[in-house]
Amino acid sequence: MKDISKSVRKVDSLIKLSGKAKYVDDIKIEGMLYAKTVRSTKSKANIISITLPELPKGYYVVDYHDVPGKNVVSIVFDDMPIFTEKTVTYYGEPIMLIVGEDKSVVTNLISQIKIEYEELTPLFERTNSAINYNFVKGDSKKAFKEAKKIIKFDYETGYQEQLYIEPQGMIGEINGNKVTITGSVQCPYYVHNAVKVALGADNDEVRIKQSVVGGAFGGKEEFPSLIGCQLAVALRKIKKPIKLVYEREEDMEVTTKRHPSWIHMEAAINDQNEIDGIIANVEIDGGASIGLSAVVLSRALIACTGVYTIDNLEVAGDVFLTNTVPNGAFRGFGAPQMLFAVEMFIHHIAKELNIDPLKLRLKYLAKQGDETSTRGKYRDPIIMNDMIEKAMKISDYKNKLEIYQKDNKYKGIGMSWFLHGCGFTGSGEAEHIKALVKLAKGEDDKVNILIAAVDMGQGVQTTMKKIVSQILEIPLEQIIYNNPDTDLVPDSGPTVASRTIMIVGGLIARAAKQLKEKWVDGEALTVSERYKQPEYIKWDEKTFIGDAYPAYSWGINVVEVEISPITYQVTLKGIWSVYDVGKAIDERIIMGQADGGVLQGVAYGYLEVMKNENGRVKQKTVTDYIIPTTGDIPPMETILMDNPYPLGPYGAKGAGELTLDGGAPAVALAIENAINKTVTKIPVTPEYIMELMKNE
Amino acid sequence: MSKIKFTLNNKEVEIEESPTARLLDILRENFGLTGVKEGCGEGECGACAVLINDKVINSCIVPLGTVEGKNIVTIEGFSKTKKHQILRNSFEEEGAVQCGFCTPGMIIASESLLNKNPHPSDEEIKIGLSGNLCRCTGYNMIVKAVKSASKKGDGLW
Repeated sequence: MKDISKSVRKVDSLIKLSGKAKYVDDIKIEGMLYAKTVRSTKSKANIISITLPELPKGYYVVDYHDVPGKNVVSIVFDDMPIFTEKTVTYYGEPIMLIVGEDKSVVTNLISQIKIEYEELTPLFERTNSAINYNFVKGDSKKAFKEAKKIIKFDYETGYQEQLYIEPQGMIGEINGNKVTITGSVQCPYYVHNAVKVALGADNDEVRIKQSVVGGAFGGKEEFPSLIGCQLAVALRKIKKPIKLVYEREEDMEVTTKRHPSWIHMEAAINDQNEIDGIIANVEIDGGASIGLSAVVLSRALIACTGVYTIDNLEVAGDVFLTNTVPNGAFRGFGAPQMLFAVEMFIHHIAKELNIDPLKLRLKYLAKQGDETSTRGKYRDPIIMNDMIEKAMKISDYKNKLEIYQKDNKYKGIGMSWFLHGCGFTGSGEAEHIKALVKLAKGEDDKVNILIAAVDMGQGVQTTMKKIVSQILEIPLEQIIYNNPDTDLVPDSGPTVASRTIMIVGGLIARAAKQLKEKWVDGEALTVSERYKQPEYIKWDEKTFIGDAYPAYSWGINVVEVEISPITYQVTLKGIWSVYDVGKAIDERIIMGQADGGVLQGVAYGYLEVMKNENGRVKQKTVTDYIIPTTGDIPPMETILMDNPYPLGPYGAKGAGELTLDGGAPAVALAIENAINKTVTKIPVTPEYIMELMKNE
Repeated sequence: MSKIKFTLNNKEVEIEESPTARLLDILRENFGLTGVKEGCGEGECGACAVLINDKVINSCIVPLGTVEGKNIVTIEGFSKTKKHQILRNSFEEEGAVQCGFCTPGMIIASESLLNKNPHPSDEEIKIGLSGNLCRCTGYNMIVKAVKSASKKGDGLW
């Protein structure tokens, strides 16, 4: 049998390369109208009155009065309205849609709308905690009471914007009572469920289809549910096809971003210079609604010791509500913030204790059988020692570190170690998602993969087909995998949390085996599989005790930098990575995830600046918000390890998010090494470096 | 409204539109050339790149009136050429396509680069593509694809 990791041409490359792929804005429906959103221009205010210009025939207003069901975007916490009723809670909050045939007339009408507000005092500080989680492991009270020394540091991380190159958008039509919405989405069934609640509709009155998705990175996880609800309400009112596509500035100003965080860490050090206990306190800014913030917080808290095993822990965190744009899902989902803090902290402890950071890290590096931060178990082999050795060798880490420490020439190297819990946090898969997949074989012996997983560039159309092809021993061309359509595919869950290959792909592999056993040439047959959590996985979401994830992927990033002694501008000189994602279903696809993920992570650490001032996002254009270009990339080298996970298809674990998790601490550590100062904030901008150079 | 004539994908065309209309909108709306993408609308991301008289230009910042008499090639036109076939193959082989939204612009920029410099070094490729943003790939595979195309298509550019 051939090795599944051997790369094939991606099944969707050709249409993308010739410009034929249809993204949402490329779709036209006869008689289609355009919608544009009227937004709040206050951070917090009561709406006193709205004065509309006279609307020409064929132009419409859609607002909360038109919502037939509940005026709420149903996600996890149902706390975001579809349209504001009375009080706006952030700048840019959607109040109504203006809909009509000509885009420029719509824009012109919007400019004539007058909204009278009664301004209220907006809250931008972290004082209003909406969610508080905490848990303990071991006896941290004792550890801190008996400590010889307590080391404390505070870390801070900024916003990060997904900046998928295709902005958000959807197009919809209505037939009788049934709304059909096609859009740039990661999670067709999230939108389906939200629209049902908004319309008070039955299952079969809502149909959600995925158009080709031009990048997402979490940004199209929950946010499209808001657009979907607004569009559905408009469709029910106007009964004509409508398109709602954002322009870049609107997208950057009002869509969800990575949560800024403030992380306080304390370590109890005993008289043998050992870490006896850790206290971690995490504050994240949720913006104006909770949305997915609570889930982001829990992933951050669970990652509080990174790849290290510490016996005694006291962990707590809050989601604070502020009158700013709501934050949400972004590749990594709370882990990048926490892993930055953990990796810096372990180095800062070593510095304070005057011991070699590498020795300290190796001493606490998790081993198979260790207890996780939540008293679960690392059941599967951990091959980090081997990976660390490889990473140090290909990057010449030790040698460079020593030279750069001595010669003070503004060159530096940093190495991060990290892990990513694969799949939903806690009991999500078993209790909330309950994924269902189907394989339908036709009389023509073609096999149709029926799942809700979205290919947003990560290659899932190719990898899923490879799994089925390999098991059924049929060519890829005999397998069909269309973009999901909720009328046709079962709910296999959202395309998030690095779950798609491990969980959905695992179910698809089982379904393929089932189909193989029952296969009769020329006969139609459909098989299905539903997710069952392995019995030994136990999780209590109230106390945070147990196995937070069924499996973990592991990674190492080494980043080398050079800093201008005059401008403090950071130049990347090299990035080396080693990953254990179990088994790559397609090596080149995983390499693509590796390159793209690490660059997003490194850029989060030194380049990408987004600030909110007085409730408004300051960087709203691609000119102001800088992401890496080809001009910024250094040589990159990546090694993939084989460490098959027994329950994943061919041993595959999660891969998409892992590759982003370690970039920021690796570049921040490299900068520390170069300037010999203590870095506690990302992004490490030239301005911040200048501040550090002045202060000490 | 003005009558404006130009060559589009090897065909003479004439349309009556406002000379200040964005070329991007004209290509997408009037001619249905949706391979030309809007990523930022301010000339920064390169998703809307087209060739105007063989130069790579972001069509979102080109007023229609300025293309009178010029020769415009979009991804749709370029995809019928032998050069596209070479580039397409290289992009596929190197895994240079993920979400694909930047891809038509990347291909157009690559064509423009190879026209000027048929055998670019890695550094020259990076400079040549620095006006095209990609958020998925980390660019390495794209740079490799262009390099590989320059070898495979030796003599074409």
